[in-house]
Amino acid sequence: MTDVIKTPVGGQAGSILSSGLDGVLEPSPGSLLRKRIFGHAGLMIGGGVLLIIFLMAILAPVISPGDPYDQDLSRKLIPPVWHESEKATWEHPLGTDLLGRDYMSRLFYGARISLLIGFAAMLISGVIGTTLGVLAGYFGGKVDMVVNFIITTRLSMPVVLVALAVVSLVGSSLTVVIWVLGLLIWDRFAVVMRSATQQVRGLDFVAAAQSLGCSNRRIILSEIMPNIANQLIVIATIEMAHAILLEAALSFLGLGVQPPDPGWGLMIAEAKGMIFFDAWLITIPGVALFALVLSINLLGDGMRDVTAPENRN
Amino acid sequence: MSDKILEVQDLTIDIPTPSGTLHAVQKVSIHVDRGETLCIVGESGCGKSLTSLAIMDLLPRKATRTATRLEIAGESVFDIGERRMSDIRGNRMSMIFQEPMTSLNPAYTIGDQLSEALRRHKKVSRGEARDRAVFLLEKVGITAAASRLGQYPHQLSGGLRQRVMIAMALMCGPDLIIADEPTTALDVTIQAQILHLLAELQREFNMGLILITHDLGVVARIADRVAVMYAGQIVETGTAEQIFKAPAHPYTRGLLACIPIPGQTERGAHLGAIPGIVPSLVGRMPGCHFASRCPEVRDSCNSAPIPQFQGAEPGRSVRCLLADEAAVRQPAQEGAA
Amino acid sequence: MSEIVLEARDISRSFMISQGFMRAKRPLHAVNGVNLKLHRGEVLALVGESGCGKTTLAKMLLGLLPPSAGSLELDGKPLASLSHLEVARIVQPIFQDPYSSLNPRKSIGSIITLPLQVQGDKDPASWRQRAEEIMELVGLPRRVYNNFPSQLSGGQRQRVAIARALINRPRVVICDEPTSALDVSVQSQILNLLQDLRQELGLTYLMISHNLAVVEHMATRIAVMYLGRIVEEGEAEAVYNSPRHPYTEALLGSVLTPDPSLGVPDTHLGAAYPNPLDMPSGCSFHPRCAKMMPQCAQQAPRPIPTESGHVECSLYKENEAKMRMTS
Repeated sequence: MTDVIKTPVGGQAGSILSSGLDGVLEPSPGSLLRKRIFGHAGLMIGGGVLLIIFLMAILAPVISPGDPYDQDLSRKLIPPVWHESEKATWEHPLGTDLLGRDYMSRLFYGARISLLIGFAAMLISGVIGTTLGVLAGYFGGKVDMVVNFIITTRLSMPVVLVALAVVSLVGSSLTVVIWVLGLLIWDRFAVVMRSATQQVRGLDFVAAAQSLGCSNRRIILSEIMPNIANQLIVIATIEMAHAILLEAALSFLGLGVQPPDPGWGLMIAEAKGMIFFDAWLITIPGVALFALVLSINLLGDGMRDVTAPENRN
Repeated sequence: MSDKILEVQDLTIDIPTPSGTLHAVQKVSIHVDRGETLCIVGESGCGKSLTSLAIMDLLPRKATRTATRLEIAGESVFDIGERRMSDIRGNRMSMIFQEPMTSLNPAYTIGDQLSEALRRHKKVSRGEARDRAVFLLEKVGITAAASRLGQYPHQLSGGLRQRVMIAMALMCGPDLIIADEPTTALDVTIQAQILHLLAELQREFNMGLILITHDLGVVARIADRVAVMYAGQIVETGTAEQIFKAPAHPYTRGLLACIPIPGQTERGAHLGAIPGIVPSLVGRMPGCHFASRCPEVRDSCNSAPIPQFQGAEPGRSVRCLLADEAAVRQPAQEGAA
Repeated sequence: MSEIVLEARDISRSFMISQGFMRAKRPLHAVNGVNLKLHRGEVLALVGESGCGKTTLAKMLLGLLPPSAGSLELDGKPLASLSHLEVARIVQPIFQDPYSSLNPRKSIGSIITLPLQVQGDKDPASWRQRAEEIMELVGLPRRVYNNFPSQLSGGQRQRVAIARALINRPRVVICDEPTSALDVSVQSQILNLLQDLRQELGLTYLMISHNLAVVEHMATRIAVMYLGRIVEEGEAEAVYNSPRHPYTEALLGSVLTPDPSLGVPDTHLGAAYPNPLDMPSGCSFHPRCAKMMPQCAQQAPRPIPTESGHVECSLYKENEAKMRMTS
């Protein structure tokens, strides 16, 4: 019973708080946002790590100590520099792999592939999912029914199995992996954007825009979209991390990035045989993948916190 | 006095915010006698709802509450622990909220919720609890009460839900009812009915009633005594008669000028207005909180805190320097006449 | 009487309401045969309880919802023949809650100039100036042009909403509870502003409200709505001083004037709340009516003309209504 009574209390106190400050001319939303971004540890850490990985990918040709494709069996399996081994050399700071390729260079170039696949797959799924979700949420009725049917159909398909089947049928390449993932993981976009749109659609400013004679197109693009953008960004980060992990899984199974390209999932797969002898070989790409996914998720959580602080609890 | 149901002295509520401490309620003192209706009236953000939540000990966690005295029926309830407090809450005093839909649990029937309210505090059988529920539902004007017990909140209209809330608040036979904007979400005809009902039940059960509202019409019709709040402070107290016939604080006068009164205000004429905005309660304010909007402001208003001046009659007080002068002057004039 | 800017002829609107899984849908008659004339320069107040169809009627008058029967005329032209943009130039709404009626992501300037953009105004260079003119008219400081709604107080936001509605100089403004979300001291400022604007710009208002004190203050005519029908309509003075319909009487009796010598009134309405899904037979008000007669449950009353409008109640016969008004 106490719960029943307590429920409205928080809400009321919140409104009291905000209306108590009602008269104050608050700083603009932009400057408030900036202040909150820099005050959010998770967001700063996530953003920082992501920035480092991004720079690694961009600057790979410049900062790589060697050529990621250059094989030399005479210098295979050199351990990284912190290893207490005579073979460890600053020429290969992270050592070399089974085929004698510089591991650090492969890691840097692999970052390009992970980021590219994650970003492109997120973009494709984002466009599909957002379009479906916003249309369903805005128009409701029959459109909503159709979209819901498509979403349920999609949700009934196991992503990894379908991806495996398609890739093994069509053959694997970067483009195929991107499209397969993009076409498969839009469901969360659609679901979240649909309910977000439904919420915003019920607000009076949408009715105001309608009675001003605004077209549906204008209402969706300039009234509704800006108000659901923060949720879109959060979903986008989650789905990007999701795509990167899926790609790693596909590569691990041999159906993603094909050798000799340096994908992180592929590097883990190639190193799995050496897990008991040269554990660093699997640890390094593993840690990199972990750091990337974690940083993207931290960034997404942080974005949600700073753009909608009232939802934090 | 054994008649005092509630006695609050110097209640202060502070809420930490990123930009500093928000002094939401500042040294509020109120008391309610048995069978008496106290209305706390004020605009949004004046601290009236927080005051009631503080009495019920239902403040949000980050808010801090201090008071020199907080007694319910002679028993101090200050820092007595959550267990004892939840015993008093609902049993000796209950609260009626503005939005009956969110205050009732949608997953349980009306009958379950009513019985639960009683059985949590008193050792009674299921049957007895049910009988009391039916008795009270009939009391609050719900026909076919027995058949309503099995219904869920969503099956009732807003007015019926608020009646159920009132019945629930009455289940334990409390000494004090706090109603926070109980009729704001309702239609006018239903508002009148619910207020009528509240007033009737309060007389019948001889309870204390605190009604929190922004609606001066409601206040005038139902209150015995009135406390006007502005920006965290009580600025004026008095009987309803005194407040409405001879408002002493410029804020009270301003509020009364703002509302159109059928039959009195000239149709279409300009209404009174209080220019400006409520000051921020973050940080300390040296003088009168209303100074920035007051039409009669003077230099002395901004320099020092304004005390609550006691009026000639008991229970009458005003937080205004001008009223102080008037009060001093008034007895002298009477003496001369 | 001056020209008619908006006229509704016998308009109705029903919705199909789902009764739950596998059950047939039932019609909800939100608006049921409403006749309404809005004369230039008047303030017509539409009063009634929630669920009586006020909002549905307003949506139809704004052209946002087509009526399922009947016809609407705007400025003498059938509303159905006008485009959305043409309707928007003539009728504009002001909403109840200024916290939800302004897009939080847009600056005040772009909110106020949106109507100019939408109408494809040819002279974008003048937008800023026109926005500032209208801001001055509604009492908004120019410096808030680049601010966002969250930086303004409730009263200021409502002024922004009014500025947006008026920048294209519409002829009719539909105010849906324009002050009920505001504090008392702000409410009076907005009401004063609406009065001034009406005189200055020659506007016609349709005010939807349940606050009868506000209605009495603002309105020149009053229409009382109950369960989808207008049960009484007439000049404000006449309706206030001698209400004919028992429902109007109950509504007026529920107004709580700040007079401590009076108690809480008893409206004698009973606890039978109206349910638009389950309309009573005959006169839809009869289950709550204090003056119910036997025939009320069978026979729906017909509109009886009064000196300034009409009433729908079986208490009155054609001549009787006229008789009462002469006395």
